[in-house]
Amino acid sequence: MNDKIAIKVDDLTVAYNFKPVLWDVDLSIPEGVLMAIVGPNGAGKSTLIKAMLDIVKPIAGTIEIFGEPYKKQYKKVAYVPQKGSVDWDFPTTALDVVLMGTYGSLGWIKRPGKTQKKRALEALEKVGMLEFRSRQISQLSGGQQQRVFLARALVQEASIYIMDEPFQGVDATTEKAIVNILKELRKSGKTVVVVHHDLQTVPEYFDWVTFLNVKKIATGSVKDIFNDDNLTKTYGINYKVSVLQ
Amino acid sequence: MTSAQIEIQLIACIVAVACAIPGTFLVLRRMAMISDAISHSILPGIVVGFFLTEDLNSPWLILLAAFSGIITVVLVEYIQKTGLVKEDTAIGLVFPSMFSIGVILIAKNAGDVHLDVDAVLLGELAFAPFDRLIINGMDVGPKSLWVIGTILLLTLTLLITFFKELKISTFDTQLAATLGFSPVIIHYGLMTVASVTTVGAFDAVGAILVVALMIAPPAMAYLLIKDLKRMLVLSAVFGIIGALLGYWVAHWLDASIAGSITTVLGVLFFFIYLLAPNSGLISVLYRQRRQKVEVHLLTFLLHLQNHTEKSERHINHLYEHINWHKVKAQSVLDLALKNNMITIEDSIISLTEKGETFTSEAINYIITNKSAAIEEMKDRFFLFRG
Repeated sequence: MNDKIAIKVDDLTVAYNFKPVLWDVDLSIPEGVLMAIVGPNGAGKSTLIKAMLDIVKPIAGTIEIFGEPYKKQYKKVAYVPQKGSVDWDFPTTALDVVLMGTYGSLGWIKRPGKTQKKRALEALEKVGMLEFRSRQISQLSGGQQQRVFLARALVQEASIYIMDEPFQGVDATTEKAIVNILKELRKSGKTVVVVHHDLQTVPEYFDWVTFLNVKKIATGSVKDIFNDDNLTKTYGINYKVSVLQ
Repeated sequence: MTSAQIEIQLIACIVAVACAIPGTFLVLRRMAMISDAISHSILPGIVVGFFLTEDLNSPWLILLAAFSGIITVVLVEYIQKTGLVKEDTAIGLVFPSMFSIGVILIAKNAGDVHLDVDAVLLGELAFAPFDRLIINGMDVGPKSLWVIGTILLLTLTLLITFFKELKISTFDTQLAATLGFSPVIIHYGLMTVASVTTVGAFDAVGAILVVALMIAPPAMAYLLIKDLKRMLVLSAVFGIIGALLGYWVAHWLDASIAGSITTVLGVLFFFIYLLAPNSGLISVLYRQRRQKVEVHLLTFLLHLQNHTEKSERHINHLYEHINWHKVKAQSVLDLALKNNMITIEDSIISLTEKGETFTSEAINYIITNKSAAIEEMKDRFFLFRG
């Protein structure tokens, strides 16, 4: 981690049908952290990252990626959506889905060629899915589908990786594999932001954490702020770190 | 075959291919009903366009009619966004209104327009060869052939140019947006192509067949193929088969060509739905039956492994004990024997070594919640499937 700010969120308010789901959120994510966003259901975790990615339009506030709006920086950001957000019966293969990650750098009209294919295969190998490259995506298990999604983000060779619940419904092996890749990404100086559900694994997987419940409760290093006080403020009931472990 | 017959079939085939391309993406985007909406609501556009241009094949009429198709899509989306009704309701609200405006316009000006509602719904492919395109006094073929041919060429060019964009925004809209592609532009681009194709095909084949040609061939291809490019090709092929077969059925029955093509497509779909190798009805039923027998086999083997005492392993006792009727018990027993999982001596059943290994492994997978691995295991152990 260094002093540079990767993502800066200022006074962000997002509303669906006039009901705020995020209220006046300020957040600075330093470059090079591996950060979890935690909070109860309906806390606006997914909305926050969708706002970062310019998928959801805020009614107030700004978001900067390395000091500039998303539209100018989109090539530096890779996104792993929730697995359930796409139709896995779509007629395509694992390799083809990973190739889609290269479309951003190609821009309009240009097609992926040998270089892109090589990168896609490397990414598949990294997530341990090389042997499944020609498999139709509906024939993959949940964990394998998630790995394909991760590989698709890896080929983007971005500086920031934003993931929406990558551990949702995956087997233990896949979870380990994903965590290892996240840690590798951090080691190589990337910033990783993960919407995360399992409080128990926060200290083990992440070094930075943001507590969110419509408002931002706290953000900082896991060491400093992952404590009973913030857990209780976020989840409302008497939460204890010791109980989690 | 006369030249008119050849021309009709050629038009039908080109219409089929031109419809299959946008249709494939509509099916994948679960927007099949939108094509129905478009096909009906272009009617007011056609009527107004005809008042202005007095030529059913004028490019201005096509654009105007396509524009009313786009208006439909926008209206449907707008109504849907209010959150008051769901998409299907929104579609059901918009297109009959648009269509009825067209019907009233035709009725009010019946004298001037050679359009009637029958022709609008079913088209009249048989008349297509009569309306010729004459350039410098030379007959270059039926007008509708040129119209739909041009539309097909444009569609193909767009498809090849923007294939990647279409694919990514259909599969994962959010990713497409974050990568700097505008899903909205692609969405309306696709809707425009669908509208223009519908208008171009409308005069020849009518509103109902346009929908059939857009949806049925891709739906068939989708059951058979799991690759987008091949799905597009196969949709086109199914469209052509439907068009040609339908033409000859109409010839044979002396019935409407459009109606026959639609019927043929329906019948084709029915057969593919029954017979498709993996997703077809027969194959699904077969697989379910097999899985059922194999689950019974596993239950049976577990019982044998659990009970070493002879009384529990006697053939007659088994029938009563696991509470199976004779036929089922016999088929499970046969399957176990065929796969060398058990031996029977003096009516006492014992697990073979292979049966033991299989059962232990299976239990292990079940306990550790790796049921998926059992399928792989069956491939290893079974000589014969259930």
